[in-house]
Amino acid sequence: MASVKASDALAPPRRTGRVSGWVAVHASTALAALGRLSRQPFASLMTVLVIAVTLALPAAMHVVIKNARALSASWDNALDFSVYLKKEVTLEQAQRLAAIVGQRADVEVVTLIPADQALREFREQSGFGDALDYLTENPLPHTLVVRPGSANTEVSMGLLNEELGNLPEADFVQVDTEWVQRFHAILSILERAIAMGAGLLGIAIIVIVGNTIRLDIQNRREEIEVTKLIGASNAFVRRPFLYTGLWYGLGGGLLALALISYGMFALAEPVGRLSGLYESAFDVLDLDLRESLVIIGAGIALGLVGSWIAATRHMRRIEPR
Amino acid sequence: MHVDKGEMVFVTGHSGAGKSTLLRLIALIERPTSGQVIVDSQNTRKITRRRIPAYRRQIGMVFQDHKLLYDRPVFDNVALPLVIAGIGHREAARKVRAALDQVSLLHKEKQFPETLSSGEQQRIGIARAIVSRPKLLIADEPTGNLDPDLSLEVMRIFRRFNEVGVTLLIASHDIALIDQLGCRRIALADGSLQVDEEEDVVAEYRERLEAEQADDGWHL
Repeated sequence: MASVKASDALAPPRRTGRVSGWVAVHASTALAALGRLSRQPFASLMTVLVIAVTLALPAAMHVVIKNARALSASWDNALDFSVYLKKEVTLEQAQRLAAIVGQRADVEVVTLIPADQALREFREQSGFGDALDYLTENPLPHTLVVRPGSANTEVSMGLLNEELGNLPEADFVQVDTEWVQRFHAILSILERAIAMGAGLLGIAIIVIVGNTIRLDIQNRREEIEVTKLIGASNAFVRRPFLYTGLWYGLGGGLLALALISYGMFALAEPVGRLSGLYESAFDVLDLDLRESLVIIGAGIALGLVGSWIAATRHMRRIEPR
Repeated sequence: MHVDKGEMVFVTGHSGAGKSTLLRLIALIERPTSGQVIVDSQNTRKITRRRIPAYRRQIGMVFQDHKLLYDRPVFDNVALPLVIAGIGHREAARKVRAALDQVSLLHKEKQFPETLSSGEQQRIGIARAIVSRPKLLIADEPTGNLDPDLSLEVMRIFRRFNEVGVTLLIASHDIALIDQLGCRRIALADGSLQVDEEEDVVAEYRERLEAEQADDGWHL
């Protein structure tokens, strides 16, 4: 046995390297909390899984909305303008106008629908065929269908709309954007609903973590009492529980990302087939780095908040007897 | 009642006499309803809840039921006060080993408390109480669960600390054991002070003890 002098054991305490000591204390507390969780792998995994599913739900909805938005953005630029020409414009004038408009840089192609053709199509499609025979003259004007170039922005589309309307030959210009606007409005509502749902689910995570930590505190009541008796502050006693909450949150966040990635992987093939059918080159958007970090950050923050609430509430009540 | 720096004092009395309560008042586990406790010129009444942990760190405490943490080895148990105080790992390890050596249990540092005997567990508790070098050590029935030989061993350990300047306040009802040591004795009954042996009596005991030590080469 090593021989140590009594005075050695009883030397006054000396704090060495405050910052490195602080880091070391936190690192060892964090590792100890992780070790404690790994000793009950099943129970820990259950908690992590619940957090992961709760995080993955709104995140997955967000991905769906994001893709729907990306998809509808490509429709925006594919809108056609129907330019109804004035009654007095002749077919030759209409053809000349179509050629002029077709040379614009922001226009991809212009199709002229002569009044006769329009009436013929209307007669075939509307079912008013016989009634139309009573008309003495064709009430329909010549129409230019203008397809804007794909490089157009919302602003340049507006400008094109205005300029087409200002043409002396044009009666009025119709853009069928209403349904796209409705679609966008629906997406916005859904987005807001998801945000609210995510808020509620966040509260659920806080409650789940808080309750798990509360049980943990109850199980370690004696240990807490002894530690406090030796002079541990509430902050010291709380620290391991905060790290437990942090690990739960981090684990939940990572598992949520894994669940979403798996979902995207499983959907990639059918989506590819669908976009093949529509001959569109639509790439499914996955979570980007920022969104992934937000999910992990949310998991950690919620885990910490849950454990902090539970630890603070119950720690005060546990005093040495 | 007053205890000087560097004294070793026994608090005696039947169970329910208030021995434990006295120590609990000093440790601020309980607050006095009347009167005041002054420790190292701090009036404990003025110590707020927030400052209790820092206050307790100045005092070493030994309990009848050891109050060890059974989920971690001996070393970690003894190191706990140093970890709480934020002392670096290397220095803490040195202090823990020194404290364990003081109670002759250095070779058990990797074992878990459950594998140790009751006497050994109590010595671990003592090592934990002295590892951060408190000026005052209070012990509530430290030998309550030990047989006479082990009890004497524990008391000898206390005695050694007293010799290097630690003030000790030990609650015990084991009169025979206290007689062997010959320290100042405070007797409590029904929560009030009955007897406080004077210093000269203690001095007399001391002299006799030292003579005994010289006789049989008993070395503390």
